[in-house]
Amino acid sequence: MEIVLEQIINGLTIGSFYALIALGYSMVYGILKLINFAHGDFFTLGSYVGYTILVFGSAFLTSHCGLWGGMIVAMVIAAICLALVGITVERLAYRPIYPAGRLPAVVSALGASIFLQNAIMVIWGPRYQAYPASLIPNIHIQMGALHITLLQIVILVFSFLLMGILYYIIQRTLFGSAIRASALDRDTASLMGINFNKVIFFIFTLGPALGAITGVMVGMYYRQISFTMGWNYGLKAFTATILGGIGNLPGAMFGGLILGLLEMFGGAYISAAWKDVFVFLILILVLIFRPNGLFGEKLAEKV
Amino acid sequence: MEDTRISKLNSFFSPQQGTLFAVLGIFVIYPFAANNYYIDVAFFFGIYALLGLSLNIVLGEVGLFDLGHAGFYAIGAYTTAILNTKFGVPILVLLPVSAIAAALFAYLVCSPIIHLRGDYLCIVTIGMGEIVRLSLINNPFDLTGGPNGVFGIDFPSLGSFFVIDSSIEYYFFIWIVVGFSILALIRLQNSRIGRAWNCIREDEVAANANGINVRHYKLLAFVLGAAMAGIAGNIYASKLMCVSPESFSFMESCLMFCIVLIGGMGSIPGVIIGAAVISLFPEIFRPFAMYRMLIFGTVMILMMMFRPGGAWPRRRGGADIKSVLNTWRKNG
Repeated sequence: MEIVLEQIINGLTIGSFYALIALGYSMVYGILKLINFAHGDFFTLGSYVGYTILVFGSAFLTSHCGLWGGMIVAMVIAAICLALVGITVERLAYRPIYPAGRLPAVVSALGASIFLQNAIMVIWGPRYQAYPASLIPNIHIQMGALHITLLQIVILVFSFLLMGILYYIIQRTLFGSAIRASALDRDTASLMGINFNKVIFFIFTLGPALGAITGVMVGMYYRQISFTMGWNYGLKAFTATILGGIGNLPGAMFGGLILGLLEMFGGAYISAAWKDVFVFLILILVLIFRPNGLFGEKLAEKV
Repeated sequence: MEDTRISKLNSFFSPQQGTLFAVLGIFVIYPFAANNYYIDVAFFFGIYALLGLSLNIVLGEVGLFDLGHAGFYAIGAYTTAILNTKFGVPILVLLPVSAIAAALFAYLVCSPIIHLRGDYLCIVTIGMGEIVRLSLINNPFDLTGGPNGVFGIDFPSLGSFFVIDSSIEYYFFIWIVVGFSILALIRLQNSRIGRAWNCIREDEVAANANGINVRHYKLLAFVLGAAMAGIAGNIYASKLMCVSPESFSFMESCLMFCIVLIGGMGSIPGVIIGAAVISLFPEIFRPFAMYRMLIFGTVMILMMMFRPGGAWPRRRGGADIKSVLNTWRKNG
């Protein structure tokens, strides 16, 4: 029983990483119908920025803010940096290409992804980087046979908090309804006085910022980061987005959590080596029987 | 009838006919002027051209988003590698076998998912490609050699007197295959099948309403595309003499996708240009060492900014009435 509970907690932790990255994909897809391949690299870059802050600001951070404070500071700075990077990439690589249609934008996104990934390699080097263990809170919790770390719980709570905030913004505020309206029909939304550029600005700051925070959390959780990890996480997060129904934000969150759980249980009870195969197989099976994702609405075909 | 066919070819080539012969001449002379390294670069250009052409059938002609094409490529390469190293089947015999294996795999895998649209099809093909790659890493039945792959693949040969084993011979081998593929694809573009494909790309519902069996033609595109990728896999495996899973990653599928879009969807000369961009640019920028992929990414963005329709977009030829009448007559 404790093992199952532990698997669930581990699965939810990984799932919340996927969910937070998936939100970035889903927002951009919902508004622009663009698969933003660079998003995985925003996540990696965020992780590296957080790493740099923790390594070079370690003395200052630990003396002034404490371990947990240092962690928060790293996340906030990484989020701000990546919001700037996100908006820059949007201006330089995507905005000039919108009029040309969807597919050129996909190539541009792939180009941006290759650029960012190699920029990271050039700046921080091609080797794995390790998050400094002394700067990460390391408190174990033992409840019977259940064995988890405090960090894990904090990550879980924090992720769910972020998802909750985003859910609130999108579903309950006026600006959120402007975003949903733009996703539904861009032209009509503009005619109703919605500033489309503001919406784009919002999704390209918030998406990468969430990605960056996730990057720092992943760095703390796994302790090591590499410049290519964006591909893997990006692919999984994109899978989660589709699993939940593309462009559907609550769907993306659930998709991420489900994917994390599937991966954990597949790895634990079927085979660790085949767990990713298992994940993609489930994805394909879901799409065969529910072609619009688990939570996607049935769309009438436009002719 | 023969006349119309020739004039059709003429109208395809005429403005560029001189250029075409010049290009052909350069292709023939090039390996005698270049050293082995640059001949190998041109060989890999050929491989990417073949892969681009194969994806172009699926993505360019029918407009199906396929980001898992490396999976078919891998099936072709591993079929060749395993049958050759374990059972000693000659490479040239395995050329059609690899094509059939990849085509069969495409048929089996794509049959249940062919009804998916747009991005959903895209993610399923990504998943398919990843499943192939991960399965190769996991070494099922001790066949694929795990992460290290399979070693010691033969040269293509017919008996002992005709052996393809030098860079220059491989160069001609791949480009002759590419040449025949191009001829076949031009014929295919102007056929009933090609028109049905383009019709599906432009408007699936209208195609269906006009009596085109959409499912059948989409599957056909996947099967043919996979077969060509399988051939590319066969030649690639015999050239490198070893295959390993990391040659067939998601990145490889993305590069093929970019080849088609950088060149121009559905445009055969465009795909060749796209393959040139993807395979030659990293070589050209080699002096910049670790910055070369940075430049490469920037080039991709810039290409899309200034030529969003591709470097050589497909001309939308109005069907000339004579050839349409001819086809009607031919088909009764």
